[in-house]
Amino acid sequence: MLAKIRKIIVQTDEIHTEMGREVHPPVRKALAMAVIENPFAGRYVENLDELVSIGEELGALLGARCVQALGIAPGDAHSYGKAAIVGEAGELEHAAAILHPKLGAPLRLAVEKGAALVPSSKKMGGLGTAIDVPLGHKDAAFVRSHFDAMEARVADAPRANEIVVAVVVTDSGRPLARVGGLKACEAQGVDGLR
Amino acid sequence: MIEIRRVFTHLEEIRHEFGPVADVPLLRGAIGAVLTNPFAGRYEADILPMMDALQPVGLDMAQRLLKAMGVEVDRIATYGKGAIVGAAGEIEHGALWHVPGGYAMRELLGWKGDRNAYAKGMAEKKTGQPGNALSIVPSTKKVGGPGAALDVPLTHINASYVRSHFDAIEVRVPGAPAADEIVFFLAMSTGARIHARVAGLKATDISQWDGLR
Repeated sequence: MLAKIRKIIVQTDEIHTEMGREVHPPVRKALAMAVIENPFAGRYVENLDELVSIGEELGALLGARCVQALGIAPGDAHSYGKAAIVGEAGELEHAAAILHPKLGAPLRLAVEKGAALVPSSKKMGGLGTAIDVPLGHKDAAFVRSHFDAMEARVADAPRANEIVVAVVVTDSGRPLARVGGLKACEAQGVDGLR
Repeated sequence: MIEIRRVFTHLEEIRHEFGPVADVPLLRGAIGAVLTNPFAGRYEADILPMMDALQPVGLDMAQRLLKAMGVEVDRIATYGKGAIVGAAGEIEHGALWHVPGGYAMRELLGWKGDRNAYAKGMAEKKTGQPGNALSIVPSTKKVGGPGAALDVPLTHINASYVRSHFDAIEVRVPGAPAADEIVFFLAMSTGARIHARVAGLKATDISQWDGLR
């Protein structure tokens, strides 16, 4: 493996009630994060291919960890998202190299299909910096009930020469979603939008 | 009395901390259950009924945490517990977790004591014989707002003085506790700090089997 991983964190969040009402079935989200060494910390490097390949590895690893944590069949995933926090000796473009070119394909394999764009966020940060990973329906980005986010952070990362890479997979939308729009059951899932 | 609104699990697989990479990563885990605080917003003199009502919650959480960690029960080496009480509650509500939280994990790990005796404030007699989960479960608690962090202490399950295993895990549930909620936590790990090297009692040298040494 190219990525030098210091730690892996996996979290699940299961919401059973909201505003006194039962959420049935419960909303369930899983977050998997890897804390990796930034191979380009402290210097400007023009070619970021190594981080692109690391992103590809992590898309598979973190996607699988999320699906495993939810205990679902890959095809039962509803929404996904990704994010990265770059330690201060790196640059924002390092997050882009990990997240954008190649992380998505293996993540889509882990959740089956995935016609829609994987929503993302990125930032520079220090130890314990929080990032809100945006979520969208994996086959139709306009499904309104599935616009959501999950907060991600690692208490002791990223160090200056590290990057935190996060992937979230859910098997549901928001609890008590009721603001209209395209429903998951109406989505065609062909063009990734509707 | 018991309404579980939300369940949050957290796992860490630690491979190194800038020293030698471990052959087997240290696994640390925590589970938080967000409950409605039935005493929120008023002073209630008799809160003990909730301690009994929490017993099955503790057992269920301990089992769920072990399952989430995905390891055999005999790999669990440390434990800890904690609570964060929302703003309309008081610290004493968090103290309700002392019996049901601790004994749930201890029983899961093979403890053979009498939890009812403990609930009445009677600690069991130590036999001096090897056993499991002999140590007190270290704990911490606070009153906090949504997303508040809690550092849950971890110590060796059989002897509190095992120095390599003194640790802590930061836990939080984004968005909880709301004012009328309490988050109860349990935490466990599979071993010592990843690069433990400050001497003291080793796990292999436990000899008194009194829960301390």
